[in-house]
Amino acid sequence: MDALLLVEQGLNGLQLGVMLFLMAAGLTLVFGIMDLINLAHGTFYMVGAYLTAALVPVLDSFPLALAAAVLLTALLGLVVEAVALRTLYRRDHLDQVLATFGLILFFNELVKIVFGPVPIFLNPPAALAGTVDLFGLKYPAFRLAILVVGIAVAVFLWLLIARTRIGMLIRAGATNREMVMALGVDVRLLFGLVFALGCGLAGLAGAMAGPVLAVQVGMGEQILILTFVVIVIGGIGSIRGALAGALLVGMVDTLGRALLPAAFRLVMDAANASAAGAALASMAIYVLMAVVLAIRPKGLFPAH
Amino acid sequence: MTRNLLTLASALALLATPAAADTLKIGMITTLSGPGAGLGIDIRDGFALAVEHAGGKLGGQDTQVIEADDQQKPDVAVGLANRMVERDRVQVVTGVVWSNLALAMLPTLAGGQTFFISPNAGPSQLAGAQCNPYFFNAAYQNDQIHEAVGKHVQDEGFKKVYLMAPNYPAGKDGLAGFKRYYKGAVAGEVYTQVGQLDYAAELAQLKAAAPDAVYVFYPGGMGINFIKQYEQAGLKGAVPLFGPGFSFDQDILAAVGESALGVKNSAQWSPDLDNAANKTFVADFKAKYGRIPSMYAAQGYDTALLIDTAVKAVGGNLKDKDKLRAALASAKMDSLRGAVTFNTNHYPIHNIYLREVVKGADGAVTNKTVATVFANHADAYVKDCPMK
Repeated sequence: MDALLLVEQGLNGLQLGVMLFLMAAGLTLVFGIMDLINLAHGTFYMVGAYLTAALVPVLDSFPLALAAAVLLTALLGLVVEAVALRTLYRRDHLDQVLATFGLILFFNELVKIVFGPVPIFLNPPAALAGTVDLFGLKYPAFRLAILVVGIAVAVFLWLLIARTRIGMLIRAGATNREMVMALGVDVRLLFGLVFALGCGLAGLAGAMAGPVLAVQVGMGEQILILTFVVIVIGGIGSIRGALAGALLVGMVDTLGRALLPAAFRLVMDAANASAAGAALASMAIYVLMAVVLAIRPKGLFPAH
Repeated sequence: MTRNLLTLASALALLATPAAADTLKIGMITTLSGPGAGLGIDIRDGFALAVEHAGGKLGGQDTQVIEADDQQKPDVAVGLANRMVERDRVQVVTGVVWSNLALAMLPTLAGGQTFFISPNAGPSQLAGAQCNPYFFNAAYQNDQIHEAVGKHVQDEGFKKVYLMAPNYPAGKDGLAGFKRYYKGAVAGEVYTQVGQLDYAAELAQLKAAAPDAVYVFYPGGMGINFIKQYEQAGLKGAVPLFGPGFSFDQDILAAVGESALGVKNSAQWSPDLDNAANKTFVADFKAKYGRIPSMYAAQGYDTALLIDTAVKAVGGNLKDKDKLRAALASAKMDSLRGAVTFNTNHYPIHNIYLREVVKGADGAVTNKTVATVFANHADAYVKDCPMK
């Protein structure tokens, strides 16, 4: 494997990592601050992708459609929080799992009724449809855009959480929820805003994934499993942990798929090496999770 | 005394129910949720259209279709198969999309003497050594579709082809089928995780291998992801892409748009096949569901036709399993794909066509038949099947 290919795989890993970070940041905020396990987080990812796909032909502009879809997803988050989740904060986690699983089924069925069972069409904007030449490496332009957006969001979240009053409350809420409530902060509003922010981020991830992946019912659950792995590795409730976990998972998954079959090919024939490599590569992130948990049972950067 | 008479009368009434008045109960176990749902929904909708065309009576019998969602999970599918046999007591189970699920369900269904008619999954195992008197495939044997593109790619003179498929039974059947007729060098043979979303790592490897053509088997959402990413990596046009119909069928074309234009693929059916039954089917399907039917929808319809023909042939007597089996095996029907007969292993012998992804007159991206690659094509495993 030459250096250029290795660089390309590194970029691929990084890109998958920032994508997962967009998902994991919202999920871990909601869990860390509101102590709510939201299985339906992937639903907002799906809604973001569907809304973007539906709005691109109407607004005739990808960036506009993306912005509108993210806002609408955040708004939907506010509504869902107010209607369905508010009563769940005081219940135990098992009840929350059950209720939010119900939300997944509800929204999947709703999307199927509105948009039909067949996956729908969403292509990247013309300007980002081709490849970009990075010192002799032809890399898909849209993936580069995902990378840039992901990094921008990470910086924005860092500023928001480290430098603003809302960020201070979020940090305080993640560390000691009862104390923040006791200090008279409008917790209901804070929870609503945090939940909407999480949903908006998931919607953004979905909108950015749409042109690369299939915009289809159930797309949220596929990414959700990886996202849970990310926050478990990173430490629940910590944005820093989400970033570290996401990048680690992105890298391990991509490099595992790239390198393991090649490694097996040194000792066995091509067909078997490919099958064994593929099988082991799909396990790589779970092995990573087991190793991290064995060394640091609360994840890399636990909030509590 | 009166009571005894009543009991006797009702017992007689029960016994007197004629065999011909059996209700035909069909278990439709298919994938209705999750990323594979589009395929199952098409099979179900195609099947439902055929039942509607038959006036709700397949083979002249009152027909009850019991739907169940296997969620693309083998354990769920086996549980449902068990329920269909034990509780619902269906005579026929159909609907299965995925080969790994079909392999998992067969022991339960065959053990319960329930006919299992696959509208899609056609694993090589069930065509060869593990063929079963209770298993029929109304669609194809997995390899057949891939064999046709293998022959086409060989005939076109490609010398160095890169192969990719998901790591499950049909993926392995697919690449084996392709290689049965393609004799050139294999630049790489890659199996990926089932349900994988991102193919960036594999596409980078593919580019580095510099093949002169690429053959991929990715059904459903996997196919959409792969085709989009193939174009975005700048490979579309640079390296010709080939695949079986599963990778370039209507369920996928709706989502990838023009990214797939010009790709040659293979199938036993195409929406433009010129026969009366197919024309009615395509028009009615569009009218009823508002979309162009996929291969899966056509297969669902053909499956119902097969049941219809066989049940008619036995005069509605669903109790005599041997007779029903013989009727299924020798069924002559106006299939949407034209002439089809069944081999001794209960798999079809039929034509396999080469299709091209084109933009139709109405602007919709769809498939057009360009050639018949194999006429009356049997599968490669029938010789290993002990059923004669």
